[in-house]
Amino acid sequence: MANRYWNEYQKTIADDRYYYERSCIRQTFFPGSETAFLKIMKDELGKDIFDDFRLHTCTGIGYHTDVVPLETTMTVVARIFSLMTERGYENLVPSCITSFGVFTEMIHMWQEHPELLEQTRENLYKACKREFEMPKNVAHPSDLIFKYRFELAEKMKYRLVNRFTGKPLNVVEHIGCHYAKLFPDKGVGKAEFPYVLAGMIEAWGGHVVDYPERRHCCGFGFRQYLVQENRGYSVSNTKKKLESMEPYEPDFIVSNCPGCSMFLDRWQYTIAEMEHKTYDREGYGIPVLTYEEMAGLLLGYDPWVLGLQIHQVQCERLLDKIGIPYDPKQKYNSASGKILRAPEKPENLLV
Amino acid sequence: MKKVAIIGAGPAGIEAASILARSGVEVTLFEKSETPLKNLQDKAFLFPNFQAAQEIIDDLSGKLLVDGITLVSGVEISELKWQGTEWKLTDSKAQTYVTDAVLIATGYQVFDAHRKEELGYGIYKGVITSLDMEQMIKHGKILNANGDEPKRVTFLQCVGSRDEKSGNHYCSKICCVTAVKQAIEVRKQLPKCEASVFYMDLRMWGQGFEEMYRTAQEKYGVSFVRGRISEAAGTFDGRVQLKSEDTLMGLPLKMTTDLLVLMVGMEASCGTKSLGKACDISGDYGFIRTVNPHLYDNETGKPGLFAAGTCKRPMSVSDSINDARSAALAIKDYLDTI
Repeated sequence: MANRYWNEYQKTIADDRYYYERSCIRQTFFPGSETAFLKIMKDELGKDIFDDFRLHTCTGIGYHTDVVPLETTMTVVARIFSLMTERGYENLVPSCITSFGVFTEMIHMWQEHPELLEQTRENLYKACKREFEMPKNVAHPSDLIFKYRFELAEKMKYRLVNRFTGKPLNVVEHIGCHYAKLFPDKGVGKAEFPYVLAGMIEAWGGHVVDYPERRHCCGFGFRQYLVQENRGYSVSNTKKKLESMEPYEPDFIVSNCPGCSMFLDRWQYTIAEMEHKTYDREGYGIPVLTYEEMAGLLLGYDPWVLGLQIHQVQCERLLDKIGIPYDPKQKYNSASGKILRAPEKPENLLV
Repeated sequence: MKKVAIIGAGPAGIEAASILARSGVEVTLFEKSETPLKNLQDKAFLFPNFQAAQEIIDDLSGKLLVDGITLVSGVEISELKWQGTEWKLTDSKAQTYVTDAVLIATGYQVFDAHRKEELGYGIYKGVITSLDMEQMIKHGKILNANGDEPKRVTFLQCVGSRDEKSGNHYCSKICCVTAVKQAIEVRKQLPKCEASVFYMDLRMWGQGFEEMYRTAQEKYGVSFVRGRISEAAGTFDGRVQLKSEDTLMGLPLKMTTDLLVLMVGMEASCGTKSLGKACDISGDYGFIRTVNPHLYDNETGKPGLFAAGTCKRPMSVSDSINDARSAALAIKDYLDTI
């Protein structure tokens, strides 16, 4: 895939000194991803990235479901900025794509309506006697991995290549809607053909699958899932994407959004239950990785430390294709060595 | 003998040149391409009477043979300066010319469809522009991305015109009727192939246009869908999947087509933009600004500097020719006063 217009716009991504904002849900969904990202930034790239234990929600899910009013979201976001200001950082890196969208949106609103910014400063001060500066640069962690993808490639032990055939792995990339669909100029490659994950895949030896429903929503869609009666919409949207990518026989899916990675993975089991159907040849489903997991695996990190055992679709077949070693006995051991309760047949989607 | 420089050897430039030359004016006609009538050469048939474009080319080319016209092709005018009583032109080969008046007829260029990434031009082989389709019609080879006869051809109006995202708010005027003409041609050449046109509203402003639109539906079975296409994507078998909304039905629509034809609008050409800027007569969207659209539509407000044809706004070939005749008359009047 090549298009000269993709390369005309380059998003500004700060070089160093990042303030990291963890996600509310990613640590549960993908327990090793954020740790892997921090390890990559610090140990592999030698960057200054601050992981602040005092951080809290950005209100994103509540905001997008009309539970939290705008003024509250602005004040909560302002508090996060004040913590960053207090630590002496100016480059904000939110782990969650929804937080990235919320921060970008609030900054945009404050720039367009300075009276809202003044009101927010007043609200924050009244609430907790805090003051803040707006970040100079807001980048998603996937932007940073993209920025340093070639440096990381030099350190990687493995490539996105099928060791049995020697061919590049077919990789479906899925970008969170709140990454570039809200503000196209805030995403690498803009909204139509975001290049942030595609650039990683290409740099690391894989082949990006371009399928008809590439830009379609993953199915999460906030209200589609959070309102129980609407969950049929959520499953049907995921199904639409899986059906569309099926003929291309993807080896795995990678995403930069917590909701997308979660639902593209979990709904495969639900669809298998509902329709006795999987979208791979063997009936085990298509593995779904976060971009940190993808990078971590290629750098040689232990798949179980990365948390791949927590995924619905199991990853051993993918690890075998790439040639990444793993110890099946350690799969359900905790980081402290404690043996966790293992599912009976985790690889089975069709039951 | 009075001298006039005409910049651009399209229909407007040639028509004005021939009228002025026949009335005793020495005309130098500049053309940046090696041959005149470059845009017209890309056309197969002209609406609404399906006259072969070649006949128009032959007629206009004959007018170039009039005594008093010197055609200088393969050069661009890099500098245009008023020197108090006359204009000094410098071309891209550093040759200079001095004339009493200048007619700008630098025309248009089509919108670069790559700019609408969501429509997949340059990404999927099944996505082409109206210019590509015109070539296929001209050579009698309407083929899909796999080199086979298509079973379905879909036209999309207003690509790069009436479009806030691309920055062109104006109507390009000729695309509606061109799509109807091309859809009829597709049905004539491939009677088994479906043809549909996605539109916002169809502007059949010229004589015979509305009848042509009716004929397209009644005689050729072309279907018209009111709605814009939001996204085009390649399918596994090399076709193109479209997403749209049928705004008359009020329903979302997804369909697959063999060829998606983007009806690209007219934009001011690079020459039009640069001359307009250099002479301070650049108007909206880079087209040449004239003194008054009703009364003095060929006058630029600069002494001896005139404009004709699609350098002013989107126009059909016949409108360009008529506009050039009007410009020639205005230039003659001006020459009589100096």
